[in-house]
Amino acid sequence: MGATNWGFKKSLWVFHLNAGACNNCDIEVLDCLCPKYDIERFGMKLVGSVKHADVLLVSGSVPRKVVPQLIEAYEQAPKPVAVVALGACGCTGGIFKDGYNFAGPIDKHIPVDAYVPGCPPRPEAIIDGIVKLMGKL
Amino acid sequence: MASTLSMILYFLIFPGLLFTAAVGLLTTWVDRKVSARVQWRVGPPWYQPFADILKLMGKEIVIPEGAKRTGFLLAPLAGLAAVGVVSMILWLTNMRGTGFVGDLIGVIYLLTIPSLGMIIGASASSNPLASVGASREMKLVLAYELPFVIAIFTAVTKISPMSLRLDSIIQYQDANGVLLGSASCIIAFIVCLLCMQAKLTYPPFDIPEAETELMDGTHMEYSGPALAVVKTTQAMMLFTLPVFFITIFWGGLKLTGWGLLYTIVKYVIIVTIAVLIKNTNPRVRIDQAVRFFCGPVTVLAIIGMILAVAGF
Repeated sequence: MGATNWGFKKSLWVFHLNAGACNNCDIEVLDCLCPKYDIERFGMKLVGSVKHADVLLVSGSVPRKVVPQLIEAYEQAPKPVAVVALGACGCTGGIFKDGYNFAGPIDKHIPVDAYVPGCPPRPEAIIDGIVKLMGKL
Repeated sequence: MASTLSMILYFLIFPGLLFTAAVGLLTTWVDRKVSARVQWRVGPPWYQPFADILKLMGKEIVIPEGAKRTGFLLAPLAGLAAVGVVSMILWLTNMRGTGFVGDLIGVIYLLTIPSLGMIIGASASSNPLASVGASREMKLVLAYELPFVIAIFTAVTKISPMSLRLDSIIQYQDANGVLLGSASCIIAFIVCLLCMQAKLTYPPFDIPEAETELMDGTHMEYSGPALAVVKTTQAMMLFTLPVFFITIFWGGLKLTGWGLLYTIVKYVIIVTIAVLIKNTNPRVRIDQAVRFFCGPVTVLAIIGMILAVAGF
């Protein structure tokens, strides 16, 4: 398992799942791919299909309508898969925690491995969170 | 018996699967690194493709609900085996001069198997986006296959006596200089480079796996080791096609002395051209791609053929 685990750490393919976010976290995720931050240095890349994912990067406060899709996406991802909650909404609910359609932060529905708070989190914070996740794997 | 065993070893290890996969994966790193530098980024470390494959080997295979299990899982393996055989034929012909009548036709035929494998696999996956990708791949294969074959046969027409054996093409070039020195073969080589872009599904012809609209299209439902097979097949195609073009048009592979250096330089030039075309062109629509290959490219290939018949 040693070699596979090494490969897993060095090549995290990220599937970005928007669970009712305001798009601000999503823009910061795209910033990470740009020349200034370039997370491909660590072997990370964004993939289009959840079947290729090693990391589910979930942003948003999870409204009630999104819960089934969130759980389905998690079940479809090939295991082992790590989940990262992105932004204040993803971690705690943020300013939407008392909303009428708020259905709990992400870790109420799927197990979360790393939290990246911030509204929106800076690209440095996202990279820091991912590096901590790599240390944990 | 001994020759059967050595053929199996040739197929599995040296010119075949293992060697081609290793060099092909290293070439995908060159591709990613050059792309990153073009975009002013740093890019991944050299071991990145190997880490990707190792990781995919350790993951679960998710079979989609309603998929045809056998076809879904066996189709990529057919592609992998076909590229391995092509690589073995090319290298054995180059290294030891062994060939058989019509091996050129065999190579052209085997080079379409990976595309066919992806079409079958994507159709078996019961995913609407994957089947859109499969139908686009089918149209693309139908469009580029004709100019590709005409361009390859330009080289066959050019040598004398005409022969469908790879080793006689190499021998002719050893005696009379590389085919790329003639006008007809330069045209054929350009056509081949354009078709290579489509065979590898690189931009501007990455229509079957369009990342932004089809989410990787034909590969969409593959995961874990099956995706590793798909990625390895693509990497091996990236290695095998330039080797094929060097064999046909550019004097064959020379593996001793300065010839080795020239061979590597030729290979790197072809790969770099492919990567630069990939990074400087947007994706075209499928109808534009089909019109492009059936129109200008086929006409260009036929002009090259006519020039070859006229003796240029």
